[in-house]
Amino acid sequence: MSFTDILLLMFGAILVENFIFSKFYGCCPFLGVSEKPDTALGMGMAVTFVMTLSGAATWAVYHFLLKPFGLEYLKTVAFILVIAALVQFIEMFLRKFIPALYASLGIYLPLITTNCAVLSAALLAIQNEYSFVSAVAFGFASALGFTLAIVVFAGVRGKMEFSKPPRAFRGFPITLIAAGLLAMAFAGFSGIRL
Amino acid sequence: MEFSMILIPAAILAGLGLFFGILLAVASRVFAVKVDERVPQICEVLPGANCGGCGYSGCEALATAIVEGKAPCSACTVGGHTAAKKIGAIMGVTVVKRHRMRAQVMCSGGEEYAVKKYAYEGAQDCLAAARLAGGDKLCPYGCIGLGTCVAACPFEAIRVEKGVAVVDYRKCEGCGACVGACPKKLIRLIPFKSAHWVGCMSSEKGGVVTKQCKVGCIGCGICQRACEEGAITVNGFLAEIDYSKCTNCGKCVEKCPRHIIWSAERQENGLYLHRL
Repeated sequence: MSFTDILLLMFGAILVENFIFSKFYGCCPFLGVSEKPDTALGMGMAVTFVMTLSGAATWAVYHFLLKPFGLEYLKTVAFILVIAALVQFIEMFLRKFIPALYASLGIYLPLITTNCAVLSAALLAIQNEYSFVSAVAFGFASALGFTLAIVVFAGVRGKMEFSKPPRAFRGFPITLIAAGLLAMAFAGFSGIRL
Repeated sequence: MEFSMILIPAAILAGLGLFFGILLAVASRVFAVKVDERVPQICEVLPGANCGGCGYSGCEALATAIVEGKAPCSACTVGGHTAAKKIGAIMGVTVVKRHRMRAQVMCSGGEEYAVKKYAYEGAQDCLAAARLAGGDKLCPYGCIGLGTCVAACPFEAIRVEKGVAVVDYRKCEGCGACVGACPKKLIRLIPFKSAHWVGCMSSEKGGVVTKQCKVGCIGCGICQRACEEGAITVNGFLAEIDYSKCTNCGKCVEKCPRHIIWSAERQENGLYLHRL
């Protein structure tokens, strides 16, 4: 796979096939941690960090452990195990060696242990038969798309804070409608064929 | 069907689990970070509401600050003296008793009293309204009433009634989160047991106040003369009560010609707030 192919893959993963707006993965943190742009950014960074590393780890586990034994069907359960252990490990590692990063990402890390976006990035990379480099790039780009979506949405929610919707729409209903409108805006990217 | 078809996958999955288990167990030893054992102890004592009234991001941050000596043992207003005493015991110091405080909005100028200078139709937030010529009320000191303090209160103790924020004392923990949120600096922490307060913050001259609001302090000084304890001083056309001297006698309430000194009376179901 050439460098251009990887760039196109990343572009596609960020905008055209955005994890939240076109695949609807990772909707729980998207709605739960998008109240303020800075916490949304923290969540996005943590997801990026974990997704990139788990992309690499799951690719290795699949190709060096599951495939030789013909156990491809075990990938879902094996990946959950790998990702959960990896997140735990990263958390301990950061706490010891990079306390500043731990302070900004620490509270989000346990939240994404079982995030479906992380798992689906790993599974999709296997399903699409990516090479190691493109699997990592795909994980990284998908997470960037997630970060973009959650930060943009946090900005939208910040504006909504000061508006007065009808009583029936206050709180989550109006949030879901706004998310739907944003998804429709992102649907404009689906016209791009790569 | 061969037996190994079940055995091998099970062994690999178990092996993977065991490998990660051992890895994490080793990692937790190798990467162990020494945390002062007093931090979790103090966290136990603190209320755990993470209200942020102390100025730190949460209870754990405050506990760390107390252990590091950056914050006093009595920094948590919500936990009050009981929490401060326990924290003092953990830290090995004695804590002097502090009065429980409650938040009070120092404005009485609701919709029926305060004169408005324009009709505000913007973002429903006091900070935004305050930037438009200081809010829609003619009085530059008046409560804007769009509820920025309501949003800031972690205990849901504040509501807006007729254009003025009102604190529910049964819910107020005296954390002070609203004090910093109010763009007009109208909210003050006063001793929980104090029965009287001046429901106005306007330091305009008397003549100006009467044009702006029917219930503003004109600084006439009648309450100052009525107070036998010398607890009231009129400073810059605004009466102020010194709570260290106030005996809750209520003489100022009777004498105030503008009826803006409030009283709180203890009744069966909590405090009953009123003014003459």
